[in-house]
Amino acid sequence: MYEIVAFYLFSALTIGLFIITVMSKNVLYAMTSLASAMVLISGFFFILGADFLGVVQLIVYVGAIMALYSFAMMFFDATRDIKEKNTNNALVFLLGGMSALVLVLMFSAPIFSDSIQALYPMHEGAGNAQDVGIVLFTKYLVPFEVAALMLLVAMIAGIILAGKKMDQSLTEDMSADDEIMIVKDEK
Amino acid sequence: MIGLSHYLIVSAIIFSIGLVGVLRRRNLLMLFFATEVMLNAVNIAFAAISHYYNDLTGQMFAFFIIAIAASEVAVGLGILIVLYKKHGSLDLDDLSSMRG
Repeated sequence: MYEIVAFYLFSALTIGLFIITVMSKNVLYAMTSLASAMVLISGFFFILGADFLGVVQLIVYVGAIMALYSFAMMFFDATRDIKEKNTNNALVFLLGGMSALVLVLMFSAPIFSDSIQALYPMHEGAGNAQDVGIVLFTKYLVPFEVAALMLLVAMIAGIILAGKKMDQSLTEDMSADDEIMIVKDEK
Repeated sequence: MIGLSHYLIVSAIIFSIGLVGVLRRRNLLMLFFATEVMLNAVNIAFAAISHYYNDLTGQMFAFFIIAIAASEVAVGLGILIVLYKKHGSLDLDDLSSMRG
Protein backbone atom coordinates (compact mmCIF):
# COMPACT_ATOMS: atom_id res chain seq x y z
CA MET A 1 0.00 0.00 0.00
CA TYR A 2 2.73 2.39 1.07
CA GLU A 3 4.76 1.51 -2.00
CA ILE A 4 1.82 2.13 -4.36
CA VAL A 5 1.05 5.56 -2.89
CA ALA A 6 4.72 6.52 -2.96
CA PHE A 7 5.15 5.34 -6.54
CA TYR A 8 2.17 7.27 -7.91
CA LEU A 9 3.01 10.39 -5.91
CA PHE A 10 6.64 10.38 -7.01
CA SER A 11 5.84 9.64 -10.64
CA ALA A 12 3.17 12.36 -10.90
CA LEU A 13 5.41 14.95 -9.25
CA THR A 14 8.45 13.95 -11.29
CA ILE A 15 6.61 14.09 -14.61
CA GLY A 16 5.08 17.46 -13.73
CA LEU A 17 8.40 18.95 -12.67
CA PHE A 18 10.16 17.66 -15.77
CA ILE A 19 7.44 19.17 -17.96
CA ILE A 20 8.11 22.50 -16.24
CA THR A 21 11.84 22.01 -16.89
CA VAL A 22 11.28 21.43 -20.58
CA MET A 23 8.60 24.07 -21.16
CA SER A 24 9.64 26.95 -18.91
CA LYS A 25 11.02 30.13 -20.44
CA ASN A 26 12.96 31.09 -17.34
CA VAL A 27 16.30 29.39 -16.63
CA LEU A 28 15.87 29.74 -12.88
CA TYR A 29 12.48 27.98 -12.85
CA ALA A 30 13.77 25.24 -15.14
CA MET A 31 16.79 24.58 -12.97
CA THR A 32 14.85 24.58 -9.71
CA SER A 33 12.27 22.15 -11.01
CA LEU A 34 15.03 19.93 -12.45
CA ALA A 35 16.75 19.81 -9.06
CA SER A 36 13.56 18.94 -7.18
CA ALA A 37 12.64 16.28 -9.74
CA MET A 38 16.05 14.72 -9.23
CA VAL A 39 15.44 14.57 -5.48
CA LEU A 40 12.16 12.77 -6.19
CA ILE A 41 13.93 10.34 -8.55
CA SER A 42 16.22 9.35 -5.70
CA GLY A 43 12.94 8.50 -3.92
CA PHE A 44 12.26 6.01 -6.74
CA PHE A 45 15.64 4.45 -6.10
CA PHE A 46 14.93 4.11 -2.40
CA ILE A 47 11.61 2.39 -3.14
CA LEU A 48 13.40 0.00 -5.48
CA GLY A 49 15.88 -1.02 -2.80
CA ALA A 50 18.84 0.62 -4.51
CA ASP A 51 19.87 2.61 -1.44
CA PHE A 52 23.41 3.38 -2.52
CA LEU A 53 22.26 4.53 -5.96
CA GLY A 54 19.73 6.85 -4.31
CA VAL A 55 22.41 8.39 -2.10
CA VAL A 56 24.74 8.79 -5.08
CA GLN A 57 21.91 10.42 -7.03
CA LEU A 58 21.37 12.89 -4.18
CA ILE A 59 25.06 13.69 -3.76
CA VAL A 60 26.20 13.77 -7.38
CA TYR A 61 23.13 15.03 -9.23
CA VAL A 62 21.48 17.30 -6.72
CA GLY A 63 24.67 18.25 -4.96
CA ALA A 64 27.34 18.51 -7.63
CA ILE A 65 25.66 18.84 -11.01
CA MET A 66 22.99 21.29 -9.95
CA ALA A 67 25.57 23.35 -8.06
CA LEU A 68 27.64 23.41 -11.24
CA TYR A 69 24.63 24.55 -13.23
CA SER A 70 23.82 27.29 -10.76
CA PHE A 71 27.43 28.49 -10.87
CA ALA A 72 27.24 28.55 -14.65
CA MET A 73 23.96 30.45 -14.44
CA MET A 74 25.76 33.21 -12.57
CA PHE A 75 27.90 33.76 -15.68
CA PHE A 76 24.90 34.04 -17.96
CA ASP A 77 22.04 36.45 -17.61
CA ALA A 78 19.58 34.21 -15.81
CA THR A 79 16.82 36.58 -14.85
CA ARG A 80 15.91 37.47 -18.41
CA ASP A 81 13.33 35.32 -20.15
CA ILE A 82 14.67 33.24 -22.98
CA LYS A 83 13.38 34.22 -26.37
CA GLU A 84 13.13 31.15 -28.51
CA LYS A 85 11.95 30.97 -32.06
CA ASN A 86 9.83 27.87 -31.95
CA THR A 87 9.21 25.91 -35.05
CA ASN A 88 6.12 23.81 -35.51
CA ASN A 89 5.23 22.73 -31.99
CA ALA A 90 2.74 19.98 -32.81
CA LEU A 91 5.21 18.39 -35.19
CA VAL A 92 7.88 18.41 -32.49
CA PHE A 93 5.57 16.76 -29.97
CA LEU A 94 4.50 14.14 -32.50
CA LEU A 95 8.06 13.36 -33.60
CA GLY A 96 9.40 13.32 -30.05
CA GLY A 97 6.65 11.09 -28.73
CA MET A 98 6.80 8.68 -31.63
CA SER A 99 10.57 8.28 -31.65
CA ALA A 100 10.66 7.88 -27.88
CA LEU A 101 7.97 5.21 -28.13
CA VAL A 102 9.89 3.36 -30.83
CA LEU A 103 13.10 3.53 -28.79
CA VAL A 104 11.39 2.26 -25.66
CA LEU A 105 9.74 -0.61 -27.55
CA MET A 106 13.07 -1.54 -29.12
CA PHE A 107 14.95 -1.61 -25.86
CA SER A 108 12.24 -3.19 -23.73
CA ALA A 109 11.50 -6.04 -26.14
CA PRO A 110 14.28 -8.30 -24.80
CA ILE A 111 13.16 -7.62 -21.24
CA PHE A 112 9.74 -9.12 -21.76
CA SER A 113 11.11 -12.24 -23.35
CA ASP A 114 12.42 -14.74 -20.84
CA SER A 115 16.03 -14.64 -21.95
CA ILE A 116 17.34 -12.55 -19.05
CA GLN A 117 19.27 -14.21 -16.29
CA ALA A 118 20.80 -12.51 -13.30
CA LEU A 119 24.56 -12.22 -13.82
CA TYR A 120 25.39 -10.79 -10.42
CA PRO A 121 22.49 -11.65 -8.12
CA MET A 122 21.84 -9.69 -4.94
CA HIS A 123 22.58 -11.43 -1.67
CA GLU A 124 19.92 -11.81 0.94
CA GLY A 125 21.91 -11.03 4.07
CA ALA A 126 24.13 -8.24 2.81
CA GLY A 127 22.97 -4.67 2.46
CA ASN A 128 22.77 -2.90 -0.85
CA ALA A 129 25.94 -0.85 -0.30
CA GLN A 130 28.00 -3.96 0.51
CA ASP A 131 26.66 -5.78 -2.53
CA VAL A 132 27.37 -2.84 -4.80
CA GLY A 133 30.87 -2.49 -3.40
CA ILE A 134 31.70 -6.17 -3.92
CA VAL A 135 30.48 -6.20 -7.54
CA LEU A 136 31.95 -2.78 -8.36
CA PHE A 137 35.43 -3.66 -7.12
CA THR A 138 35.58 -7.15 -8.60
CA LYS A 139 33.62 -7.44 -11.84
CA TYR A 140 33.51 -3.76 -12.78
CA LEU A 141 36.95 -2.69 -11.58
CA VAL A 142 38.28 -1.71 -15.02
CA PRO A 143 35.22 0.40 -15.98
CA PHE A 144 35.43 1.99 -12.53
CA GLU A 145 39.05 3.04 -13.11
CA VAL A 146 38.24 4.22 -16.62
CA ALA A 147 35.39 6.30 -15.20
CA ALA A 148 37.81 7.82 -12.68
CA LEU A 149 40.21 8.72 -15.51
CA MET A 150 37.31 10.17 -17.52
CA LEU A 151 36.29 12.36 -14.58
CA LEU A 152 39.90 13.59 -14.26
CA VAL A 153 40.00 14.44 -17.98
CA ALA A 154 36.64 16.20 -17.70
CA MET A 155 37.86 18.21 -14.71
CA ILE A 156 40.99 19.36 -16.55
CA ALA A 157 38.93 20.20 -19.64
CA GLY A 158 36.45 22.20 -17.56
CA ILE A 159 39.20 24.15 -15.82
CA ILE A 160 40.98 24.93 -19.08
CA LEU A 161 37.82 25.86 -20.99
CA ALA A 162 36.28 28.03 -18.29
CA GLY A 163 39.48 29.38 -16.77
CA LYS A 164 40.76 31.30 -19.77
CA LYS A 165 40.37 35.08 -19.51
CA MET A 166 38.55 34.83 -16.20
CA ASP A 167 39.69 38.35 -15.28
CA GLN A 168 37.26 40.02 -17.67
CA SER A 169 33.58 40.12 -16.90
CA LEU A 170 31.09 38.32 -19.10
CA THR A 171 27.99 40.41 -18.65
CA GLU A 172 29.36 43.91 -18.29
CA ASP A 173 30.87 44.37 -21.70
CA MET A 174 29.86 46.94 -24.26
CA SER A 175 27.33 44.86 -26.14
CA ALA A 176 25.31 44.20 -22.99
CA ASP A 177 25.21 47.92 -22.25
CA ASP A 178 24.01 48.59 -25.78
CA GLU A 179 21.25 46.03 -25.30
CA ILE A 180 20.06 47.69 -22.12
CA MET A 181 20.05 51.07 -23.87
CA ILE A 182 17.96 49.64 -26.71
CA VAL A 183 15.45 48.19 -24.28
CA LYS A 184 15.18 51.53 -22.50
CA ASP A 185 14.64 53.34 -25.79
CA GLU A 186 11.84 51.02 -26.71
CA LYS A 187 10.04 51.79 -23.51
CA MET B 1 0.91 -4.02 -6.87
CA ILE B 2 3.54 -2.02 -8.70
CA GLY B 3 5.29 -4.09 -11.33
CA LEU B 4 8.20 -3.60 -13.65
CA SER B 5 5.97 -2.29 -16.42
CA HIS B 6 4.81 0.61 -14.22
CA TYR B 7 8.36 1.80 -13.79
CA LEU B 8 9.15 1.29 -17.46
CA ILE B 9 6.09 3.34 -18.45
CA VAL B 10 7.11 6.19 -16.14
CA SER B 11 10.62 6.00 -17.54
CA ALA B 12 9.30 6.09 -21.11
CA ILE B 13 7.13 9.13 -20.34
CA ILE B 14 10.05 10.99 -18.79
CA PHE B 15 12.28 10.00 -21.69
CA SER B 16 9.79 11.33 -24.22
CA ILE B 17 9.52 14.59 -22.24
CA GLY B 18 13.28 14.93 -22.48
CA LEU B 19 13.25 14.12 -26.19
CA VAL B 20 10.58 16.74 -26.85
CA GLY B 21 12.72 19.20 -24.92
CA VAL B 22 15.77 18.38 -27.02
CA LEU B 23 13.76 18.85 -30.19
CA ARG B 24 12.09 22.12 -29.30
CA ARG B 25 14.70 23.98 -27.27
CA ARG B 26 16.84 26.61 -28.98
CA ASN B 27 18.85 27.67 -25.93
CA LEU B 28 21.95 25.58 -25.23
CA LEU B 29 21.58 25.62 -21.44
CA MET B 30 17.99 24.40 -21.73
CA LEU B 31 19.18 21.73 -24.16
CA PHE B 32 21.53 20.50 -21.43
CA PHE B 33 18.63 20.34 -18.97
CA ALA B 34 16.66 18.22 -21.44
CA THR B 35 19.56 15.77 -21.81
CA GLU B 36 19.71 15.48 -18.02
CA VAL B 37 16.02 14.57 -18.04
CA MET B 38 16.69 11.79 -20.55
CA LEU B 39 19.62 10.42 -18.56
CA ASN B 40 17.49 10.32 -15.42
CA ALA B 41 14.74 8.43 -17.23
CA VAL B 42 17.24 5.77 -18.27
CA ASN B 43 18.52 5.56 -14.68
CA ILE B 44 15.00 4.84 -13.40
CA ALA B 45 14.58 2.05 -15.94
CA PHE B 46 17.94 0.53 -14.99
CA ALA B 47 17.18 0.60 -11.26
CA ALA B 48 13.72 -0.93 -11.80
CA ILE B 49 15.04 -3.77 -13.96
CA SER B 50 17.81 -4.37 -11.46
CA HIS B 51 15.24 -4.66 -8.67
CA TYR B 52 12.78 -6.92 -10.46
CA TYR B 53 15.42 -9.31 -11.83
CA ASN B 54 17.44 -9.38 -8.58
CA ASP B 55 20.49 -8.38 -10.56
CA LEU B 56 23.05 -5.74 -9.66
CA THR B 57 24.18 -5.02 -13.22
CA GLY B 58 21.50 -2.40 -13.77
CA GLN B 59 22.62 -0.43 -10.74
CA MET B 60 26.23 -0.62 -11.90
CA PHE B 61 25.31 0.86 -15.27
CA ALA B 62 23.30 3.56 -13.52
CA PHE B 63 26.44 4.49 -11.55
CA PHE B 64 28.46 4.78 -14.72
CA ILE B 65 25.71 6.87 -16.33
CA ILE B 66 25.86 9.25 -13.37
CA ALA B 67 29.66 9.51 -13.74
CA ILE B 68 29.31 10.19 -17.47
CA ALA B 69 26.63 12.82 -16.79
CA ALA B 70 28.91 14.56 -14.30
CA SER B 71 31.81 14.76 -16.74
CA GLU B 72 29.47 15.81 -19.55
CA VAL B 73 28.25 18.71 -17.44
CA ALA B 74 31.79 19.75 -16.51
CA VAL B 75 33.02 19.84 -20.11
CA GLY B 76 29.74 21.17 -21.53
CA LEU B 77 29.52 24.10 -19.15
CA GLY B 78 33.11 25.02 -19.96
CA ILE B 79 32.20 25.04 -23.65
CA LEU B 80 29.08 27.10 -22.89
CA ILE B 81 31.14 29.72 -21.07
CA VAL B 82 33.57 29.95 -24.00
CA LEU B 83 30.66 30.28 -26.43
CA TYR B 84 29.04 32.97 -24.31
CA LYS B 85 32.30 34.92 -24.20
CA LYS B 86 32.60 34.68 -27.97
CA HIS B 87 29.02 35.28 -29.12
CA GLY B 88 27.23 36.90 -26.19
CA SER B 89 24.31 34.51 -26.35
CA LEU B 90 23.53 30.81 -26.06
CA ASP B 91 20.93 30.67 -28.79
CA LEU B 92 21.48 27.94 -31.35
CA ASP B 93 20.24 30.12 -34.21
CA ASP B 94 22.82 32.80 -33.42
CA LEU B 95 25.57 30.22 -33.24
CA SER B 96 25.02 28.69 -36.65
CA SER B 97 28.00 30.14 -38.46
CA MET B 98 28.21 27.50 -41.17
CA ARG B 99 25.15 28.56 -43.13
CA GLY B 100 25.31 27.25 -46.66
